[in-house]
Amino acid sequence: MNRALVLRVLALAAAVAVLEALCRVGVIDRFTMQPPSRIAVDLWSILATGKFNAAILKTLTNAGIAFALAVSVGIAAGVAIHGLKALREGLDPLFATYYAIPVLAFYPLLIILFGLGDAPQILIGFMLGVVAVIVNTLNGLDRVPRVLLKAARIGRLTPVEVATQVTLPYAVPYVLTGVKFAVSYAFIGIIGSEFVMSRGGMGFEIAFAYNNLDNATMYPLIVLILAVTISANLMIARWEKALLARRGLA
Amino acid sequence: MTEHKPRAWRNALAVLAALVVGWQILHAVVGEVALRSPWETVAYTAKLFASRDFWPNFDETMTAFAAALAIAVATGLAIGMLLGFSRLAGEVFEPVLVALYSIPKVTLYPIVLLAFGLGMQAKIAFGAIHGIIPIALFTINAVRNVRPILIKTGRVMKLTTWEMVWQVLFPAAIPEIFTGLRIGFSLTLIGTLLGEMFASQRGLGYMLMNGIGLHNVDVIMSVTFMLVVFAAVISSALLAIDRVLHGRA
Repeated sequence: MNRALVLRVLALAAAVAVLEALCRVGVIDRFTMQPPSRIAVDLWSILATGKFNAAILKTLTNAGIAFALAVSVGIAAGVAIHGLKALREGLDPLFATYYAIPVLAFYPLLIILFGLGDAPQILIGFMLGVVAVIVNTLNGLDRVPRVLLKAARIGRLTPVEVATQVTLPYAVPYVLTGVKFAVSYAFIGIIGSEFVMSRGGMGFEIAFAYNNLDNATMYPLIVLILAVTISANLMIARWEKALLARRGLA
Repeated sequence: MTEHKPRAWRNALAVLAALVVGWQILHAVVGEVALRSPWETVAYTAKLFASRDFWPNFDETMTAFAAALAIAVATGLAIGMLLGFSRLAGEVFEPVLVALYSIPKVTLYPIVLLAFGLGMQAKIAFGAIHGIIPIALFTINAVRNVRPILIKTGRVMKLTTWEMVWQVLFPAAIPEIFTGLRIGFSLTLIGTLLGEMFASQRGLGYMLMNGIGLHNVDVIMSVTFMLVVFAAVISSALLAIDRVLHGRA
């Protein structure tokens, strides 16, 4: 395992080094991409001067709200749908198709309804993420062993108690898979709609920098978004692994 | 199974009907400024089909999508087979793939544009990067879960690597791989469309963006409707095949 980790770090370092070399030698010209070391320096100066703090704060806040909504509504809806078998059978094909629908196409409609503010963007991020949470919650609830349900019945738990004390705690590792998707979808929704039409935020700044060939702004902001999402995902994955390990499953 | 099927159909139809009714009600509440009714959308879609300007856009999107899907499937399967079969390579690179899968790929779009330029290549690349990773991840797991006895038997028979892949691993792993292909299909389609929406001069995604810019609700609704129907029909068919494959085992 540790050998794999060492090799992984070496492989990634080698990839960055190759990229750096290609940029320095000029195989990749500087209008296409800056050398990674240059991006790191630019990112540091952007964070140090606080030039884009407002944009960064706006995007992170909106993504956070969209994420929280998707997770809470998704889990609640997952529990509800799991209880209604007929509804579930009807919704299954819809869920399977959902991620082929360009949800972003509904953005203009939402702008007309709610105005060009934060609400349409948050709704898009929410709409993208919520189904992943629902689907994975359902998957987790499907796996609850029957003996736990019987024990709950013997304890005369109410349906709400069964959900909060028995089935959901059991399903948490599976739900977390959906939660990881929700992180990514929240950012896809917010950044995507900021690209399409907005008055601020990191996506807006990236699009603006792209149009002005300002790679010194564009690349560091992209790297920052990637860093935030990857760290969030790694943290959730670690939690998931700890939970599974406690059950002797990992 | 025979009893289960009609009920599943009925439930799916009921959800479909509820969607149409909900759409109609939303239309009544929101009004013509933001939405068209289901009937108006279908009528305008028919009108689009009859117009000359529509088909070049349709062809453009389908060409880009087909190319992106071909690249995603070939690359995804190759990566998946390689990492699934070699334990060490799998341990080293699978977490990297998982991390890449989790990043919001729209963010990379400006980079794709700088690398490939405005046009067909960028769309294909953007579609393909959406599809490759899920296909690879599912293939890795599928290959890993192939029963070891099959691989041992193959070794005893002295199969070449190529024969091993095509005659043992692939057939044994096909149900899981197919699930990956199904998901890869959806994601490649959405990737291609997103690519068209952000920067392109042709295609259905461009029609959508143009509709958004001109506030042409008819176009927005019809193109979205068309894409949803297309995605839904193919996804449902793939889902049905997926179920049959998994049931076989």
